[in-house]
Amino acid sequence: MADVAIERNAAPRTARKRASLRTALKRKSTAAFLMTLPLILLILLLVIYPAFYSLHLATLNKSMQRFIGLGNFQFLFKRETFWLVVEQSCIFAITAVFFKALIGFIVAHFVHNIPAKGQRKWRGMLLVPWVIPPAMSTLAWLWLFDPSYSAFNYLLAGVGVDRIPWTGETGWARFSVILVNIWFGAPFFMIMYLASLKSVPDQLYEAAAIDGANWWQRIWYVTLPMMRNIIAITTLFSVIVTFANFDIVRILTAGGPLDRTHVFATWAFRIGIEGGDIPLGASVSLFMVPILAIAAVFILRDINKRGNES
Amino acid sequence: MTSTVVINKAAPTRPVKLRSMSRDRTWALRWSYFFLTLFAVFALVPPLYMVITSLKTSAEISAATNPWWVYHPTLSNYVELLTSNQFLTFFRNSALVSIFVVTITMLISVPAAFALARMRFWGSATLATGVFLTYLIPETLLFLPLFKMFVAFGELTGIQLINKWYVLLVIYPTLTVPFCTWIMIGYFASIPKELDEAAIIDGASWFQTLTRIFIPVALPGLIAATIFAFTVSWAQFLYPLVFTTSTDQLVLPVGIVTTLIKGDVFAWGQIMTGALLGAAPPLIIYAFLMDYYIAGLTAGATKG
Repeated sequence: MADVAIERNAAPRTARKRASLRTALKRKSTAAFLMTLPLILLILLLVIYPAFYSLHLATLNKSMQRFIGLGNFQFLFKRETFWLVVEQSCIFAITAVFFKALIGFIVAHFVHNIPAKGQRKWRGMLLVPWVIPPAMSTLAWLWLFDPSYSAFNYLLAGVGVDRIPWTGETGWARFSVILVNIWFGAPFFMIMYLASLKSVPDQLYEAAAIDGANWWQRIWYVTLPMMRNIIAITTLFSVIVTFANFDIVRILTAGGPLDRTHVFATWAFRIGIEGGDIPLGASVSLFMVPILAIAAVFILRDINKRGNES
Repeated sequence: MTSTVVINKAAPTRPVKLRSMSRDRTWALRWSYFFLTLFAVFALVPPLYMVITSLKTSAEISAATNPWWVYHPTLSNYVELLTSNQFLTFFRNSALVSIFVVTITMLISVPAAFALARMRFWGSATLATGVFLTYLIPETLLFLPLFKMFVAFGELTGIQLINKWYVLLVIYPTLTVPFCTWIMIGYFASIPKELDEAAIIDGASWFQTLTRIFIPVALPGLIAATIFAFTVSWAQFLYPLVFTTSTDQLVLPVGIVTTLIKGDVFAWGQIMTGALLGAAPPLIIYAFLMDYYIAGLTAGATKG
């Protein structure tokens, strides 16, 4: 009996509630908010929160029970390995991004030069390194660099060059990780530059040719200014990705020999996961933030500029 | 009389000049092909070497013969891997993770992109920029706090997510959703306003406008975003390395790196076969849908 009474009371209320809910749903802003809600939750819970949580983690001791302020950072600054990692991260990112951009630019020009019907085929072949998962292709490089069975050393022996310790000696190991990174990343630049080259109007080159511009002047005064924005954005993207690289260094050298090829990400993994000191590892990875933030600010500015131009 | 002289003078020079220009052009073409061949060799040597090694027996790999040639081709590495339960488990885990992540990504990012592109609401512009910024945050910055968060979550609720392949379903969307939302915003924004206004006038709801107008019209963008989400989740290496350790929970890249590399020095035939099989799904997608793949790649740096 009581149940029925309650139901009778509840029925109109829920109906009214449902009606108000329906009108609220019909409102554009409510619907829009509901549609973006999963996205907002995802970003808040799994990106923003962990980002700030890592700031908090960095101030704890190894067992994560005691607050030690900037103790982790003081400890890092005193360690020689830390400065090696800073040095190597900068060498790695700057050299790799520079050569990726340069090779991408050159290759994009060659592809643009040949008749249009062959371009698809070449572009398809040249983009293959970017398509293979980096963890898988780095295994192939690891095997090509193998200390005793290196296929490169076999070829070099054919022309009388001594065997090269590709991953065994500091200088060569640094060269190798950068080489693999260039191999993996240059196709991305090539594709971006090719798309941008195609959007440069032919009339500009015709006008330049009539004015007597030579090949170099056409690149310097027509191509580069027209591509300036895309070059900036691609380079900044690549700075972020290269600086935060993990797969290639981890598989190729795992930081060795003697921690000489560690970058921030691999060293943070070594300390945080393998060494079990999560706060110290989090402090290491936080050192990536300033450079990433600077790159992000510039990217955002360039992209907004592009948006306003078009 | 004079005019014929002029013609005679002019006649020999013009064809010569034309020929030299076309000769320049052919030489430029030859140089282009020459360097393109060099770069293509550089690009294709590692994958080709994978194929070469995968066709060799362990005995041939350890023998001091020419490593660039297969003297006794065999498919035994492929047979061995494709009948090994462990490898098939890796493959199954990878496939499940990728398919679920693609579905989750699309369910989150398509409605969100639609709302951000068309239904202006308070903070929508800021949110769009925020989505883009999230895409710029690399996974190497977040893996330690995320790992600690999931450990704490397990202690708090008793639901143990660490070391289960499905924990990756929660984590991978942080990599795929921001970019997919971003490129879908671009594709949706390029659809003419008249199209959805006509639909609204005909009495379509917002949901119907999305499913009947926006998704069919922006299908190329949708395919590009799907391919991106799939390749990212297939290739991801750091997160599974951190979050999963038992061999029956590993995905393909981590499985190959951690189980095949240990032990036998001459397991390289199998490692290369595994790497090749792991690279196959993205390569096959790329071979058939190259244009969509490239569209997704270049869309990242453009707005609208």
